[in-house]
Amino acid sequence: MITMENVCKSYKVAKRDAGFRAACKALVHREYEAVHALNNVSFTVRDGEMVGYIGPNGAGKSSTIKILSGILTPDSGTCVIDGRVPWKNRTEHVRQIGVVFGQRSQLWWDIPVIDSFELIKEIYSISTPQYNNKLEELTQLLQLQEILKTPTRQLSLGQRMRCEVAASLLHEPRLLFLDEPTIGLDAVSKLAVRDFIKKLNEEHKTTVILTTHDMQDIEAIANRVILIGRGQILLDGTLDELRRAAVSDGNGNTDEPLDLDHVMACLYRNLNIL
Amino acid sequence: MGIIMRIWKSIILYLRYASICVRSAMQYKLSFLLMIIGRFIIAFNEFIAIKFLFSGFEEIKGYSYGDVLLCFSIVQMSFTLSELFGNGFKVFSGMIKRGDFDRILLRPCSPILQIIGNHFEIGRTGPMITAVITLVIGIRTCSVSWNAAAFFTLALMIAGGALLFIGLFMLGAGLCFFSIEDTSIINVLTYGAKSHGKYPIDVYGRGILRFCTYIIPYTLFQYYPLQYLLGRTTQWRLAFYPLGIVVFLALCYAVWRIGVHNYKSCGA
Repeated sequence: MITMENVCKSYKVAKRDAGFRAACKALVHREYEAVHALNNVSFTVRDGEMVGYIGPNGAGKSSTIKILSGILTPDSGTCVIDGRVPWKNRTEHVRQIGVVFGQRSQLWWDIPVIDSFELIKEIYSISTPQYNNKLEELTQLLQLQEILKTPTRQLSLGQRMRCEVAASLLHEPRLLFLDEPTIGLDAVSKLAVRDFIKKLNEEHKTTVILTTHDMQDIEAIANRVILIGRGQILLDGTLDELRRAAVSDGNGNTDEPLDLDHVMACLYRNLNIL
Repeated sequence: MGIIMRIWKSIILYLRYASICVRSAMQYKLSFLLMIIGRFIIAFNEFIAIKFLFSGFEEIKGYSYGDVLLCFSIVQMSFTLSELFGNGFKVFSGMIKRGDFDRILLRPCSPILQIIGNHFEIGRTGPMITAVITLVIGIRTCSVSWNAAAFFTLALMIAGGALLFIGLFMLGAGLCFFSIEDTSIINVLTYGAKSHGKYPIDVYGRGILRFCTYIIPYTLFQYYPLQYLLGRTTQWRLAFYPLGIVVFLALCYAVWRIGVHNYKSCGA
């Protein structure tokens, strides 16, 4: 169970004009601008839910994920996950969560994937029988047999992403964050990752929070969507509710059903959050 | 009991990390060899430089060739040890820029352990070979009468020096949290000290000696215990001066902690 209440977070960003003179001026005197990344964000997620967390670039998605995973301390507000405050007891908290960043790797580049997994086993102090069971399960579901002995740098992106997902689940977290997990993947790999996540949720009741710009990910995985824009939660409901909101607010006079990307574009424009 | 178990587990984990670094480096066989040989040659050059210098002089400020060689090898050994173990701090600014520190915070173990474990650098065995060779020559040619106390002092000096340099690397890494800009000013304090520290610090005069005592305490592992080791003073307490470096290390650690705290409240 995740409860986030009135969480605010702002950053100070150094600001200067373009050009060499401005750069020199900035050496001596620097002007800062406060950017409100999160502004009174509140939501709750029940155990076993699969939530799509969406919004345009710079809306505050990453900041939210960082706060939930204990990397970032908010300015104000409360956040409790299964009774833990993420940033207060980091080590205990991160033991219970898994995080996949689509844009970054957590595997060691030059060694076979299985060696990375073994190191992760040590890091999380996973017992050997538990590790063996989980590894077998993940190997089957994600079809890793062929690639476990390959060094990470020689894997294709799709293969690597399957390994990344497996790596973040070895310690059997109750909560999984997926940050753009299908970015750059081909159709087959995308489907494989999506199917796997659905199965994971069915079998282990793992709570999943997914951020993505790929609306088909959302359609396939999430049964609830939270839309964030300019640091505020703007909509929280099912995908159908989102569709209706898009149509009723703006170009409501169209009869054709919009495809998902158009729904989102429409919403972003109507809500003026781009 | 709990603490001992935790330390034991940390050591095991560190060795796991280190073994991965070694295996990764060995993936590139030729570069692995060249790295070790190259670093050996660079370090050996400095030894040659001292040898040449002393072909013109008998002594510098009362230090004989053997004395300087001993001093050189102690500093070399300390520095190499600190690079071997503390290399993670040296490459830390890159980790911050790439956002790798986020992943470190997502692991349920100490960030420092992960940073130094993940960048254990086996290539440093090259300079280590030089350091061992010069140490042996230094021990045999200097004016010290070697007994248990002398060897104890020597070990304390090397350990203290390694901790001091690790502290400086940690300080440099800690500063990365506050500024994404270049913190290479800290290199003056590490590489600079390594290359000038091959001579006992008093050859540079009083001002430098003071700086190296009260600002960055190099003299605690180099000049002062060396005086005792070479028998220039009978004050045996000088042999324990390297222990003072623990205080300096604690200060560097404090800066590091403040930096981590700052990172968590500001983001990257």
